[in-house]
Amino acid sequence: MTHEPHCHDFQKGAADALNNDQLQELLNRTLKNGFQKKRLNGMARLPEYDQLRDQARDLKNHILDHLDAYLERFELEVQKAGGHMHWAEDGDQARAIIGDICKKVGAKTVTKGKSMIAEEIDLNDYLAEQGIEPIETDLGEYIIQLRNELPSHIIAPAFHLSKNQVAETFREHHQHLDADRSLEEPTTLLNEARKELRDRFLKADVGITGANFLVAETGTAMIVTNEGNGDLTQCLPPVHIALTSIDKVVPTLEDATLLLRLLARTATGQEQSVYNTFFTGPKREGDLDGPDEFHIVLLDNGRTELLGSEFRDILRCIRCGACINHCPVYGVTSGHAYGWVYPGPMGSVLTPFFVGIEEAHLLPSASTFCGRCQDVCPVRIPLPDLLRNWRNRAFAVGKPGGAQRLALKVWAMLAQRPGLYHVTARFKIWAMKSLAGKRGHFKWFIGAGGWTKARDLPAPQGGTFQSRYQKGER
Amino acid sequence: MEQISPRIGLFVTCLVDLMRPSVGFAALRLLERAGAEVVVPPEQTCCGQPAYNSGDVEDARAIAKTVIEAFEGFDVVVAPSGSCTGMIVEHYAKLFENDPTWKARADNLSGRTQELTQFLAQHLDLNEISAQFDGSVTYHDSCAGLRELGIKDQPRKLLATVDGLVLKEMDDIESCCGFGGLFSIKYPDVSGAIVDKKASNVEAAETDLLSGGDLGCLMNVAGKLKRRGSNVRVYHIAEILAGMTDVPALGEDEA
Repeated sequence: MTHEPHCHDFQKGAADALNNDQLQELLNRTLKNGFQKKRLNGMARLPEYDQLRDQARDLKNHILDHLDAYLERFELEVQKAGGHMHWAEDGDQARAIIGDICKKVGAKTVTKGKSMIAEEIDLNDYLAEQGIEPIETDLGEYIIQLRNELPSHIIAPAFHLSKNQVAETFREHHQHLDADRSLEEPTTLLNEARKELRDRFLKADVGITGANFLVAETGTAMIVTNEGNGDLTQCLPPVHIALTSIDKVVPTLEDATLLLRLLARTATGQEQSVYNTFFTGPKREGDLDGPDEFHIVLLDNGRTELLGSEFRDILRCIRCGACINHCPVYGVTSGHAYGWVYPGPMGSVLTPFFVGIEEAHLLPSASTFCGRCQDVCPVRIPLPDLLRNWRNRAFAVGKPGGAQRLALKVWAMLAQRPGLYHVTARFKIWAMKSLAGKRGHFKWFIGAGGWTKARDLPAPQGGTFQSRYQKGER
Repeated sequence: MEQISPRIGLFVTCLVDLMRPSVGFAALRLLERAGAEVVVPPEQTCCGQPAYNSGDVEDARAIAKTVIEAFEGFDVVVAPSGSCTGMIVEHYAKLFENDPTWKARADNLSGRTQELTQFLAQHLDLNEISAQFDGSVTYHDSCAGLRELGIKDQPRKLLATVDGLVLKEMDDIESCCGFGGLFSIKYPDVSGAIVDKKASNVEAAETDLLSGGDLGCLMNVAGKLKRRGSNVRVYHIAEILAGMTDVPALGEDEA
C-alpha cells in the first residue's frame, strides 16, 4: 500500500465510512464497550492514575528540554553495549540505512514487528523495491498487509475489519490450506496466522521492530506487544534493527516504567502489556539467544522542528490511542478517512506537519473541539489547542476559501458593528420566520442543505431577543 | 449561598438572540429573582467563536474587543451558554498574549464571567425557583461547559428544585452531540452521524424532555429528534427553571 497522502479527500473517506454499515456497527460495538470501558476499568484499579499523568507530563517536558543530552547518552550506551547507532534526518535516509544493512547481509526476507515509524516512512514499499520481502508479524499488521491497506488505528491496525472479513482474507491468501476449514472462531484465525508466521520467523534474515521507549542510561530499547511477535522478530534473525524516533528517549529505566504503567492502562486497560521486552546490544557470549548485530535507526523526520514550534506538546505523545478511541469524529469515520498514517486527534496534529497543511487542512477542522481527547490523554497534551494552531496556520494560507471564507468574513464584520448587526439580524430572522410560519422546523433550508440532509433545522421563535427587549418585553 | 446584589450584564449570545429569545427572557427572570440588577447591553453581538475556531485570529481578536468593551463596568457577566462563556473565560486572554493592555482587560472580564447555571447554583436561593414541571427530563452536558468550565452538578442541583420534575440520566452521557458550531455546517454528514447516536441515547432514556445549557447543541439534537419522529421535547434549562415550558419546544410547531 503506498502512503501517498489523500487527506484532502477526508469528506469522501468519511462518506465511505458512513455508508459502510458493517464498519459503523463495528465502531459502535468496539469503541465504547471495548477501548473506553477497558480504560475506565484500568484507571479504577490505579487510584494514583491522575498523579501519574502529571508526573508523566512533567517527565516528558523535562526530556524535551534536554533532548540532545539524553539522545547523546543513549547513543553512547548503545555503542558501549556493542550496538550500532544510525541517525536519520528524514525518511529517505532511514530507508537507505535500513536498505544498506539488509544488503550487507544479503537479506531476502525481513520480519517486522508493528512500527508506526515504518508506516510513516513507507518502509515496506521500499524494501519490496529492493527485492527484500517484508513480513508483518503483528496479527493486525499481517492482515492489512495481505489486504494491501493502511492501518486504521495506531494500536489496532485492523480495527476496521470484522472477524468475517479477516476469515475471507485468510481464505484468499492461504490457498494451500483446506478450502473447507472452519474459520468461525477468533482463536482459529489466530492459530492459522501463527502457523503461517512461525516458519517466516525462523527463516528471516533481518528483524525490524519499532521501540516504545529508549532508555538513555542503559542504551536499551523496549517494546510492548500482546502477541510476543516482537520478541521473535527481535531475537530470532541474525540482525535486529530497531527503527524509532527521537521523541522516544527517556532518562532511566524507572522513567520507562512510569510511562509503561500509563501506556497499557490507557490503551487497553491492562495492568501491563503481555510482553514487555527490553533489548540492549547484540547477543553476548554465553547468551542463549539474541541477534548477532543490533542496530538503532533513530529518525528525526522534522521532529526537531516540531520541538521549536507551537506544536511541541505533541512530542509528549506515547501512542496509546486514547484520543482516537474517544474522538466522536473517529467514532463514525474510522481511520482511513484521515488519509494518511496517523488518524484521530493526535493524527490531525501530526499529519499536517508531515504532509503539509495544504494537503491536510481538513483534518484540524474535523474536530468538534469537544475536548475529550485532552481529557483522556495520559500525558495531558492539549490536543484542541494544537488543532487550533493548525487552523490558524490553515486560515493564513487561505483555507477555508471560497464561500465559507466569505461567510465567515461577513459574520465577523457584522459582529464588530453592533448597530448594523442588530438591523441585519432582525431582517434575517423576520425572513426566516416568515418562511416558517407556524412550523417549528425546516426540512430544508437554503444554505443549510448539508445540515438538513441529516436533521431538521429548528425555526426561529420570531423577533430577535434584542428587538423584543428594546420594545420593553420581559 | 452568597448574599449579593450585583449589577449583572447579560450576554444573551447570538444564537439565543436570533433563534430563541425565550431563553434570554428566562435567564433575565432568573437573574432578577437572584436579586440582581440585570442589564442587556445593546453593544453585544457574538462571542467570536466562528472566527476563532476557523483560525481567523485577527477577527476573533476584534470581536473579543467589542465584547470586552460592551461588558466593562458590570460586576458579573452571565451567559446562558457554556461554550460562549468558555470562549470568554478560557480563550479571550490567549488572543492578547502580545498586548498587555488588552490582555489585562480580557483577564478582568474572564474573572467576572459565569455561565448561567454556575451563577444560579451559587447565588440563587434554591427555594426561590418555585418552578413546576410534571414529567421526566434528561440533561445533555455540552462539552465546553463540562470540560472547560466543569459544569456538571450545577444544572442537576437546579433541576432538582423543580416540583414534579424527575431527572433520568442517559447513556454515554459525556459524549459530544456532534454540533461543534461550524463543524456541523462544514462536516454535516459526520455531524449527522454523531448526533444520531446522541438522539438514540436521548430516546432510550425515555423522558418527556431533553434539556441542556447550550442552544447550539440543543438545536442539533432537537433537529435530529424531529427527523427521527421522536416525541421528546427540547427546552433550554433556563426555560424550565423559569417555568416557561408553555412556549413551543425547540423545533415544535406553534399551536
